[in-house]
Formats: sequence, structure tokens, C-alpha cells
Amino acid sequence: MTAAHARVKPELEFLMQVPLSPDRKTILDCMQCGMCSGSCPLGDAMEYPPRQMILEARSGGLEAVLRSPSLWMCIGCATCSRRCPRGIELTDGMWPAMRDKAMQDGIQPPAELQEAFQNVFKYGNSLGQSPRKRLAWAENLEVPVRDLSKEQAPVEVLWLVGDYPSYYARNRTVTRAFARILTALGVRWGVLGNKERTIGDCDRLFGEEGLFESLVEYNRALLDQQQFEKIVLLDPHSYRALERFYPRFGAKYPVEHYMTFLAARIEQIKALAVKPVQATVAYHDNCCVGRRYDCFDPPRAVLAAIPGVNLVEMEHNRQDALCCGGGGGGMWLDAHIAAHGGTRLAERRVREAAAVAADVLAVSCPFELSRFEDAAKVAGLEGSLKVRDLIELLAESLDLGEKETV
Amino acid sequence: MKIAVVVRQVPDLIEPVEIAASEKTVDLGMATFRANEADDFALEQAILLKEKSGGSVAVVALDFGDVQNTLYTAAAKGADRLITIPYDADLPPAPKEAAAAYAQVIRGLAPELVLVGSYAHDELESTLAPLLARELGLPFVGVVRGVRPAADGGTAVVFKEFPAAALAKMTVKLPALLGILGADQPPRYVPVSRIRALMKTAKIEEQEAAVPDASSAVTVRRLYHPAAGQRAEILEGPPADVAAKIAGILKEKGVCK
Amino acid sequence: MSSQDVLIVAETSRGQLADVCGELLGAARALAALTGGKVVAVLPGADGSVLAGGLAAADRILLADAPLLGGFSPEPYVAVLENIIRAEGPRAVLVASTSVGLDLAPMLGAKLAAPVVNGCRAVSVADGALQVTASFYGGKLLADLTVTAAPAILLLAPGAFRPTPEKGAAAVETWQMPSPLAAGAVVFEEMILPEGGDVDLTQQEVVVAVGRGIQQQDNLEVVEELAAALGGAVAASRPIIDQGWLPATRQVGKSGMTVKPKCFLALGISGAPEHVEGMKDSGLIIAVNTDPAAPIFEVAHYGVVADLLEVAPALTQAIKGA
Repeated sequence: MTAAHARVKPELEFLMQVPLSPDRKTILDCMQCGMCSGSCPLGDAMEYPPRQMILEARSGGLEAVLRSPSLWMCIGCATCSRRCPRGIELTDGMWPAMRDKAMQDGIQPPAELQEAFQNVFKYGNSLGQSPRKRLAWAENLEVPVRDLSKEQAPVEVLWLVGDYPSYYARNRTVTRAFARILTALGVRWGVLGNKERTIGDCDRLFGEEGLFESLVEYNRALLDQQQFEKIVLLDPHSYRALERFYPRFGAKYPVEHYMTFLAARIEQIKALAVKPVQATVAYHDNCCVGRRYDCFDPPRAVLAAIPGVNLVEMEHNRQDALCCGGGGGGMWLDAHIAAHGGTRLAERRVREAAAVAADVLAVSCPFELSRFEDAAKVAGLEGSLKVRDLIELLAESLDLGEKETV
Repeated sequence: MKIAVVVRQVPDLIEPVEIAASEKTVDLGMATFRANEADDFALEQAILLKEKSGGSVAVVALDFGDVQNTLYTAAAKGADRLITIPYDADLPPAPKEAAAAYAQVIRGLAPELVLVGSYAHDELESTLAPLLARELGLPFVGVVRGVRPAADGGTAVVFKEFPAAALAKMTVKLPALLGILGADQPPRYVPVSRIRALMKTAKIEEQEAAVPDASSAVTVRRLYHPAAGQRAEILEGPPADVAAKIAGILKEKGVCK
Repeated sequence: MSSQDVLIVAETSRGQLADVCGELLGAARALAALTGGKVVAVLPGADGSVLAGGLAAADRILLADAPLLGGFSPEPYVAVLENIIRAEGPRAVLVASTSVGLDLAPMLGAKLAAPVVNGCRAVSVADGALQVTASFYGGKLLADLTVTAAPAILLLAPGAFRPTPEKGAAAVETWQMPSPLAAGAVVFEEMILPEGGDVDLTQQEVVVAVGRGIQQQDNLEVVEELAAALGGAVAASRPIIDQGWLPATRQVGKSGMTVKPKCFLALGISGAPEHVEGMKDSGLIIAVNTDPAAPIFEVAHYGVVADLLEVAPALTQAIKGA
């Protein structure tokens, strides 16, 4: 802590308590270089992009920042945090803290965000679906699904399915395919059935620290009852929360995103990948496992293991990938962002895929699937560009597609 | 202004409502509960009045259906007192009996205004708001969308909803009980951290009130779910196909060319 | 005095008989045929004699005319109706589930110690008692009930009963209150009508209505485009109006408009009774909802189980393209 910290204005105290790793800094260390605002995909639409937010807050204009609609426009891609030369905790620190403060002060978040919070609070998922329908995706699935909430048993992999993979129609194909892949790999796996609730990463990013804490408490009690070697997730956001934030509450579990889990079994996969998938595939690096953890090679290794796949790279890839816009609550804020001049990020991305003549845009995050499919329609690419999760491509190659069940 | 609000917990209709084996009552053993929506608006209206003209808001509820959460949320929104009436039965009382119970507590509060949701979806016989008004000997009007205290303090101006977006402006002598259906703004959001903080500090007072035994001139012969009659012809296919089908139907019926 | 008569509480709206009177009379005529009594229509309000002609399905029309009954003030209305009901002793009192009816029925029930049943969908007679089918829990549950006490006050579920072409004796009488009415503590001042200049939904041939399925205010644009392509107007169910995303004049349902357009598109509307009562008589009803079990599909002629945000733009295209 510098001498400056000792004199922090009382109204900015709350920003000094943001989640910090020893190597991360607060806004007091900002040198106003503008790298953040320049990197932000929505920066030019914000009234207060990150640099200006810090400037205003430090010069007594905190109130204006809290009341600005741009407070709700960060979609959590972490490009700013990644590039900040001072290492300031922006995405995971400043933004959630500002939002939390705004709500504590009675400022109402956008209505669609309120509804998402209330849905999570009441039903454990942001979609407002009944918790009792959490396993509906597994109806008529020909591989057995071990419901650990009904009968506790030790497993190798506790698969936390996630909200969108459980409830959202388009995502269910991916969910079912993953169930088949896990079984084909001989993994002993189980799910939490109707007891599963969201991990809460997006709620935390959007300032609902209290909601996040209540989810940590719930999930910890649930997970502590189970015996497993590791948790595997489809959702990069949930991965991040479990890896980085749950341990702060004493809830620490071995956790992997499915990309690294599959990449670790690459030889086994190669042996099973019998059907070629003839396609030119552009892989979209997701933000929460890609950019944040430098996880760029494992998904490419999985794709390379599929015979017939011609892997191409888009203009912005790896560290510089363009966010689909869904993170950090973005799924619930398209209207808000559009109303304040934000462009549809997903559209930019699908055009990049088309520019490298990709047949398939491959994704690895539940939000990306529907966002890119919608964007493809809007960009007039429906028919020429397919959007598929890595899992779907893999399942096709393993010949594990949807079958007629008796 | 001293305001009392009644909040009821009702089964959340996201799940089907189960019927007991006897077919004479519902079975709420598996139900999840939520605050009655109209009562949420009543609370919002009360808080708005407190914010504008000062005073206090007391929330009264039966201890039924996980009501604690609703009460702490009310405190987070600005309610000053949280009062529950101990209640053990499996099913909530009917409006008549409920009114008798709430009245015992509310009389002691001597409020100038009592706000109650104008309806709740589990009410089969009569509704709580007017019956509670009668128990308390207070004037009543329901289906109210807005409330303003008049300058003199002894009356309020209320707006009663009518069809086609019309509103009847009425003056009400206080003390009075209003059946609320809407407020000047939707129920406000309060962050979960505030609710959790209040769970540690806010006190819920218990006040005993006798809930009379149910007595009704109406006999339930049987409860049942409506037959899943579906009149609509379902059109299948991806959006483009469905759109073409609908466009075809619209042309056929002369709705468009 | 007690009789097997069926009494209805008629209502007016902006100087005319309210549409609900048709349903009340239809229900009353059918019930009176079973009880063997007469249909008595009570019309409180000033200048009732002008409107009595519209209640010709009744056998007796009781006009209760007094200045205090000009607009709806609960206490004088209750006083008059209590007086009439005690004197007439009907078997049943039918009340519409309107803003007025929902106040009157419980208040009268309490004063008369008479049972009040909400959401009545059917009424008949068996073993000397009324057999009533009522719905509650948002329409998810039905109850078959027996009511022996008289009078029984029944709030009719909107749209559950049809008007009748039958005519009664239609004898008009003026009711004399035994003592003058007193103003109560709740006094009607004036009716505030919505500002003109906005679209009149009741005059539209095509209404495109949205509900919670619209999710976000900005998605309204997609629906506006569709409405424009169809030459119609955008409307909404209550939650959208409560959010302030559309003015109150666009609300279809209980506190909003009742519309009967040639074509009604229900997009992302679940079909709660309060909304359905405002559009059930539309010529052609097409519903789009992601929930296959949504009650709207019981009222619609055609249905699509899909996201309105996908279907609406596709439909706009299909209409413009053709």
C-alpha cells in the first residue's frame, strides 16, 4: 500500500476492499493510461468507460458514476484487467464493487437484471425455471444418469451441469452429448439433480455479493456431502468462480473446465474418434477460461483430434478474442446495452469467422451457442456458418449423436 | 403516517398445486411459497408513503410458508416493524378467519392506514381486505392503484382502477383500509446482502392471535385440475416455416393481403 | 321474505351499461330456470331509467336512483344493495368480477352473513342446493361446491357465461330506500380518463400483444415492426404496463381494454385469466409461447411453442415478403 492509500476518501473506502490477490491493485494506482477503455469492446458506448470511471470516482464524482447506465454495461470479458499495466483489479473488483454500492444506495439495476437476480434467489437459476425440472434434459437419454441427490455414491467426476445447459433448449443437445462422451470415456460420473443451483459467478460480477455468498453457502453444504475426485463444468464462468472465489469462503474443490478434462484424455479420444467431421472450423476462445487462464491449446488439441477438421484462426484469437457479450450478466442486458449505443459484439465475431471461410464456429461456453447463432442470422450467415460446441463436434466424431430411443 | 401492511405467503404457481387424497383440500407439503404479489405492491405503496411524508410501516404476517424471508426483505425495503402471528396448521386460514386473526394484532397498532393486497390466488371464499376492514371497523375501498395523503392529514386521495385504463379518484377519511392492486412503481429491488444483514439484526416480534376454526356455509365436494384442453392447433417447425404458415393463415382469414 | 329469484348487480361504464351485464343476465336466466324463480336486475346509479332497456332479459329491473350513487362510492352502494337483498330474499346474487363487483360482493357477504364464492364458472341446482364450480390458484384448480345458504353471493369468472337472447318480463320499478342515503367515509370524486392521442385498441383490426416473454423493453421494437407490417397496434398484458414499458392505454385485460379484433396475436403471454378476459372474443387468436403448457393455448386458435423473439421477426419478413 502506498502513502496515497492512507488518505483514501471515505466514500471510496468500499473500493479498497474489493477481492484482491497480493499482486492486484486498487484504483488508487491507476495512471490513467487508457489501456482499459481502449481495450473494452463496449468502451465507446459507455458514458464512463473504466478509465473515466476511475477518474470521476477519484475526483469526487462517484455519485454520477453510480447513477450512470454505463455501470451496467460491462460484460466481464476481462480484456481490460488482462492488459492493465498496473494490474488493477477491474473486472472482478472495481465493477462488482461499484454495482454493489449502487444497489446499496437504492439505485435500481435494469429491470431484466432484477428479474434474473430474483430468479436465482428463488429458484437457483437465472431463467426462472422450476428447480424440479433440472434433469428434464436427460429425458429418454440412453446412457444412465447418476443422480447423487437421490442416492449418494462416490464418483470420479461430479458434473455440475449449469443453468443454460439444463434448461435452455438449444444447449440441451450439448448436455446430452457430454453425458454420452463421459460414459464412452469410461468415467464414473454423477450430477446433483434437482438440488443443483447456479454457482453464481454472474451474480457476483453484477454486484450481488450477498446473493453470491448465499450461493456459496448452499453449494458448499451440498458439495461437502459428496465424494468425488473432481468437479467438471461446461460453464467457464462457474469454473472461474469455483476456482478463484469459492476458496475465499473456505470452499475449495478440485475443479476443471471440460476442455482441459478432455484434452488430458486426448489419446483415448483419438482412438474413439472414428467418424470424420469434414469442416473448416474456427475456434472462439472464451473469456473466462481462455483469456483469464491462458487456456488456448487444450481446446485446439481436442479439435485437432477430430479427423477431417481443418482448424483456422480468426483475426482476433487467443488473448485478443472478441467476447460474445454474454458474460457477467450480459445475457440479461442486451436491451440495456443496445439502448445505450452498444453494438452487438457477437455479430462482429461471426463476421470474423465468415472472413476466414469457416463452415463452423466452435465454442466452449453455454452462452456463446445461442448468441452466435442469433448473430449469424442477423448477419445473414445462417446456412453458411454453423455454430457448434466442441462437445457436439466431438460427439459426432465419436458417433454419439441423438439416437431414437425405444 | 402510521401504516400497517398485511403480507401473505401463497404457493408459487411455477409448480403445479397438489390436491390432497381426500380431494377436499390442497396439499401444500411440497409447495414453494412466495409473497402474494398484490401484498408486495401494498408494501411498496406503504414504503413510498413513508418516504414522502414520514411515519412508520409495520408488516403483519402469519408465520406460514417461509414468511421470514419475505419479512426480512420488507425490512430491507424500509419496514420498521415485523410482526408474525404463530400459526401451525398445514393450510392457511380462509379470508374470514384470517381477518379475525390479523385484526387482533392490527387493532393494537392503531394505524392510520392499513394496506392489504386486493386479492390472492388462493382465495376461494370472499377476500381478506374488505373482511379485515369490517373486523377493524374501518372504511374500505379496493382495487386501488395509487395513494396520496391529503395535506390535512385526516384524509387520503386514492385512485381506483377501472377498465380501459380509467381511474376513479376518491377521497378516503382516515383511518381506513385499502385493497391494493398496484402502486406508483413496481416493488423495488433490494440487494440480497442487505436482506442477509437484516437477518442478523432485524427483530421479528411474535404476537399471539387466535385464528378461529373454519366455519363456512360452502361445502367442497371435490377439488380437481382442469382438463388439459388445448384448443389451439399447434404449428410446428423452425421460425421461418412457422412464420410462413401463420402468414398463410392470416391471408386466408383476410387479415392481411 | 325469501324466494328462488336470482338477482344481478348491473353496472354502468361511461354512461352505458357495462358489457358484463350480458354475462350476468345470461347466467341469471339459466340459473333461474333451474331454481324456478325470476331474474331481478338491480341497477344502482343516477339516470338508470335511460339504460333499463338494455336489461330486457330480466323479469324485474330495480332502479336505485340517487345522487350519491352517481359514481361508485362503496358505502351508499352497499347500503342500497343490502336493503334490496334483505327485502327481496333472492336465492342467489350474481356479481361481476369487476373493480366494483370485487368490492361489493365481500362487503355485502359480510353484512348479510352470506357466503361469497369467487371465480364461479358454472352454477346449477341439485338436492335443493346450489352446485357451483369455481376456479382459483390462477385457474390451475377447480372446485365443485355445494352452497345451501341463501342468499349465496357469486362472483362470476369473466367470460365463463354467455349473454342470452331470451327476454324477460322487463318490468321497471324504482326502488324506494326506507331512509335517505348517507355519504360514507369513501367518496367518489371524479373519473380520470386516459389522455387522448394514443391509439384506441378497441378500434383496431389487428392487435399484437406482448407479455413477460418480451423480456426486455428494447425487444418491443421487433413487435412494433410486426404490428406495423400487419397494420395493427401493440398492446400488452399487465406486467409490461406495470413496468412502464407501454402506457396504460395499451393494457389488455381486467383493468385495461377488452378488445375483439379480427386478429389477436398473443406473444409471450401465458394466458392468465385477468388477461384472457380482455381478448377471448377476438376473431382469430394466435399464441406464441415457449411453454407448451401455457394456458393461452386453451384460448388460442393456433399456437406456436417457440420464442417470440424468433417468430416475430420471421413473421414480419414473411408478411412483407409475400
